[in-house]
Amino acid sequence: MSDWLGPEEWRAVALSLRVSFWATLASLPLGILVAYALARWHFPGKQILNGVVHLPLILPPVVTGYLLLLTFGPQGPVGAFLADTLGIVFAFRWTGAALAAAVMAFPLMVRAIWLAIEAVDPRLEAAASTLGASRAWVFATITLPLIAPGILAGVILAFAKAMGEFGATITFVSNIPGQTQTLPSAIYAFLQVPGGEFQASRLVIVAIVIAMGALLVSEWVGRTVARRVGGR
Amino acid sequence: MTLQVALRHQVSGFALDLAFEAPAGITALIGPSGAGKTTVVNAVAGLMRPDEARIVCDGTVLTDTARGLYLPAHRRRIGYVFQDARLFPHLTVRQNLLYGRWFAPRPPKRGPDAVPEFDRIVDLLGIAALLARRTAALSGGERQRVALGRAILSAPRILLMDEPLAALDEARKADILPYLERLRDELALPILYVSHSPAEIARLATTVVMLKAGQMVATGPASQVLADPALAPALGLREAGAVLSARVAAQEDDGLTRLDTPAGPILVPQVDLAPGTALRLRIPAQDVMIATETPRAISALNILPATVRDIRMGDGPGALVRLQAGDAIILARITGRSVRTLGLTPGCAVFAVLKAVSVARENVGG
Repeated sequence: MSDWLGPEEWRAVALSLRVSFWATLASLPLGILVAYALARWHFPGKQILNGVVHLPLILPPVVTGYLLLLTFGPQGPVGAFLADTLGIVFAFRWTGAALAAAVMAFPLMVRAIWLAIEAVDPRLEAAASTLGASRAWVFATITLPLIAPGILAGVILAFAKAMGEFGATITFVSNIPGQTQTLPSAIYAFLQVPGGEFQASRLVIVAIVIAMGALLVSEWVGRTVARRVGGR
Repeated sequence: MTLQVALRHQVSGFALDLAFEAPAGITALIGPSGAGKTTVVNAVAGLMRPDEARIVCDGTVLTDTARGLYLPAHRRRIGYVFQDARLFPHLTVRQNLLYGRWFAPRPPKRGPDAVPEFDRIVDLLGIAALLARRTAALSGGERQRVALGRAILSAPRILLMDEPLAALDEARKADILPYLERLRDELALPILYVSHSPAEIARLATTVVMLKAGQMVATGPASQVLADPALAPALGLREAGAVLSARVAAQEDDGLTRLDTPAGPILVPQVDLAPGTALRLRIPAQDVMIATETPRAISALNILPATVRDIRMGDGPGALVRLQAGDAIILARITGRSVRTLGLTPGCAVFAVLKAVSVARENVGG
């Protein structure tokens, strides 16, 4: 297999997997929190939060990427602050690609988890509290297991979206081989070069295999979890 | 152990305003739907914040709005059995039963505060065979028994039951009632029990609190409240009737069982209990006839000498007569015309006639 794909192509595949993995993992806790807040809490500005979360779904990805560059770029307020205090740099790094993928995938993740939380019967949570469980324990022992299928669905959607993210990524962190050149950007780059169709088509096959594999794994895990949670 | 409740709360439509005390045993909260029964129970459980309340359980203040005290639900040590069981679908029966135990304070192994032993409760409720099962596979009656066990095993200071049998058919109810009776007799807990069914209350309750539109209409020992003709309309006239505590005296040869009651011996269709067993007998008022002379040549087997205590004329043609038979009170529902024809007045010596078959099996409880 390593002979089949050139080193540059391997780097693009590996980078895409790494970017998607960290984008999904790092945004999951925030995703659960935001979904819980939107499903259960009443607070001023709830509609604004809802709008901000869903914005990347509606905006052209190029606009999202540009906004990320303005905010998290070296001259951006947040980007400069993070670089000075924590030494975290997003611009033109794989971390920036992960940030862009996470932002783009966030609405899909939140929606899936939100729906799962709304499906949990609050009366079960009330019953748990009468049995002595504090709010945190109720969440950990009742809510979280019951929304596990929804979390899983959200994670897989987010991972798939992150694997395919192109517009915001290329706008925010450009298309540097080995640094920020993910699978879609690599395919795009090969297609820009005369005679690059062959390399591009090999990456297309890799993309299809990864997508199918993720789908099968999610089907299997999803069914197992749903069976356990559904009490059958 | 007692529970004291004083509560004032404005709900849409009516104002809840009541105060009562629930001693150990079953205190039944009864009244028409919308009377505020569930609101009272939820206030005790800490699932609802009342406008003004003072709720004290066994010396521990659960809610005292005057002092700004409100113990959150999870720190109240309440066992709540809901009408809809509310078992956790992702846990097995065993895990459901043990859920509250994770959070219960580590108790002394022995002594009055010891947590009810798991095996004993499981046996008491007859759910040992279900422990490994998932809750979705349980029948309604099984779910309710597991919910009961889960509440008890959380080592509560008080049990709350909001119509725990309402979702079940008659056969399932009959299955569970004996378990509730055993709980009442074996656990020294105050149990607050919401119900619509006078038959259920007659069988289970030690104390009755009657509500109507948020106000307390009556409270007292079950035998007194249920035999009060003034309260009969609120209970439903068809359901009015006295409750007698009885004891099995002997099994007769012809399929009848003789019971000793404070009203005298009463014959009922065979009850499969050993002589000496205590049980409760409900005598519906509409199954009691009144005669002014010793009835002769009559098929009814149970004829009890009694004295008329008082007569309450209904709005329609009916009347409720309260009879003193021995040490017991019996209610009879007859027509106003009969009252006039027989010339019944308080103090009259009469005979209460009840057919043996009129004491239905469901009205005999342990």
